[in-house]
Amino acid sequence: MANKHQYTCINCPMSCALELTEENGEVKSVTGAQCKVGERYAAEEFADPRRVVTTTVPVRHGLLPLLPVRTTTSIPRRLILDATRRLAEVVVDAPVSNGQVIVPDIMGTGVDVIASRDLDKDAGRQSQARV
Amino acid sequence: MISKKKRTPQLAVIGGGPAGLGAALAASKAGIDDIVMIERDIELGGILPQCIHDGFGSKVFKEVLTGPQYAQRYIDEIARTNVEVLLNTMVLELASNRTITAVNSAEGMITIEPKAVVLAMGCRERSRHQVFIPGYRPAGVITAGAAQRDINIEGLMPGRKIVILGSGDIGLIMARRFTLEGAQVEGVYEIMDHPGGLPRNIVQCCYDYDIPLLLSHTVTFIHGKKRVEGVTVAHVDADLKAVKDTECFIDCDTLVLSVGLIPENEISKHAGVTLDPVTAGPIVDERMETTVDGIFACGNVVNVFDLVDYVTRTSEVAGRGAAEYVLAGRKREAPVRVLPGRNVKYVVPQFVSDLGRDIDFYFRVEHPERAVTARVLAGTSPVKSKKHKMVHPPEMLTATATAADIAEAAKAEGRQVDSLLVEVVDSGK
Ligand code: SF4
Repeated sequence: MANKHQYTCINCPMSCALELTEENGEVKSVTGAQCKVGERYAAEEFADPRRVVTTTVPVRHGLLPLLPVRTTTSIPRRLILDATRRLAEVVVDAPVSNGQVIVPDIMGTGVDVIASRDLDKDAGRQSQARV
Repeated sequence: MISKKKRTPQLAVIGGGPAGLGAALAASKAGIDDIVMIERDIELGGILPQCIHDGFGSKVFKEVLTGPQYAQRYIDEIARTNVEVLLNTMVLELASNRTITAVNSAEGMITIEPKAVVLAMGCRERSRHQVFIPGYRPAGVITAGAAQRDINIEGLMPGRKIVILGSGDIGLIMARRFTLEGAQVEGVYEIMDHPGGLPRNIVQCCYDYDIPLLLSHTVTFIHGKKRVEGVTVAHVDADLKAVKDTECFIDCDTLVLSVGLIPENEISKHAGVTLDPVTAGPIVDERMETTVDGIFACGNVVNVFDLVDYVTRTSEVAGRGAAEYVLAGRKREAPVRVLPGRNVKYVVPQFVSDLGRDIDFYFRVEHPERAVTARVLAGTSPVKSKKHKMVHPPEMLTATATAADIAEAAKAEGRQVDSLLVEVVDSGK
């Protein structure tokens, strides 16, 4: 029996409406994608959805109190909450450079969590302009 | 502290967010090396440093970056130019002769007399006052962008039990962000019958976390005297009026407003720049030059774009235009108007000064529609057209007409082009 599943591609703002046809768990076809990324995405959504995770970790002596971080690529969606809990335990020291690995191989996914910007040390915090 | 130093650069860029960064960089690449960029925050990047989620750059870089990563690319490039960056500096006034008065704590009052100016102040959020919700005035009512700054930059949690009013992209993104930070998001309520944000954000921010998204709903009352204790929500009818007997109370300590953005144009108005009542931004031509010669505008100051990629593109056009103005000067021809036609709310640019160039059009539909063709016409002759399976108001449409496209349409018309029309029509027609 062929089953159809609908997905919305999240990989670019086009947000293509995808339809995947599967028979006994085997993907037969994907329609609606305007590029290859969408076809792969639909198959992944059916098998085991994956997402990029972004959050922040606290920084010691930084120009700002938090450092934004991201997974370099997507990890299984079911691991997102555990990954953010793991990241809640991390504290880093400034300075940090963009792309620096903050947690390697998060939750055994083989995917690293990296800094997504440079963050300098606080040089006397000249932040009077920010309220 | 009064600074005697008067700066007379070739170009001044007001705002160091993505628009300002893109404009300064493009102007620098176009051969101008005396540029001053004025930013009121302690660092460059504008709103991007607080937009820690990914989804930026798919058009400009063909990569999916987070907001801070996107900003970092431009900040790194700007650092390699001679652009003078004034941080912590607030522009108080821009005169129509382009004289800028600004202030910071290191120099006091600063006067800048540039040959050209790029307006890149971005936009601000609509607040509770602009949506008229009855009730008390307790703590705990916050705009989505302010909540985003609290959580992502300051490390503060605005609340624990959250209701979000408005389904714009920032509201959706914040629904997920609050959830990942351990708060309970009771729901996202949208007064319109279609979401305000992009479909992909509904999937990855609401569906992924089982956060209810209720269309045709609004908040009718805010409860709590000192702190928000809950809100009343109700279904709305076709005229967007709340239906009394559908009202229900939702227990929450925070109401997050994601009810739209407005271009920030206090400075532009004083300079005598004409604003478009629909976009609330300056009327611009194909080079993003406003109605005042030598004053250019780009990014969200012009109209609220849904993608930073478009902000960057318009800023590059403005930066190059400003460079050209400074280096070569130019006289503008009689303007050709660009008019919004069927199911088009507005078009940027609103006029064209030189038809002999490639022109990027940005426009939004008024209502969602299936199987349509978006087209640019000169008289009755098509200049450019593109089919769309589906169009939604949150998704900006674009069209690029080359000088050759326009010349060809003019030839077909057998006369000079005196206006352009952008419309969205049934693909069958
Ligand atoms: S299928 Fe391709 S074009 Fe469509 S949303 Fe996905 S990435 Fe974008």
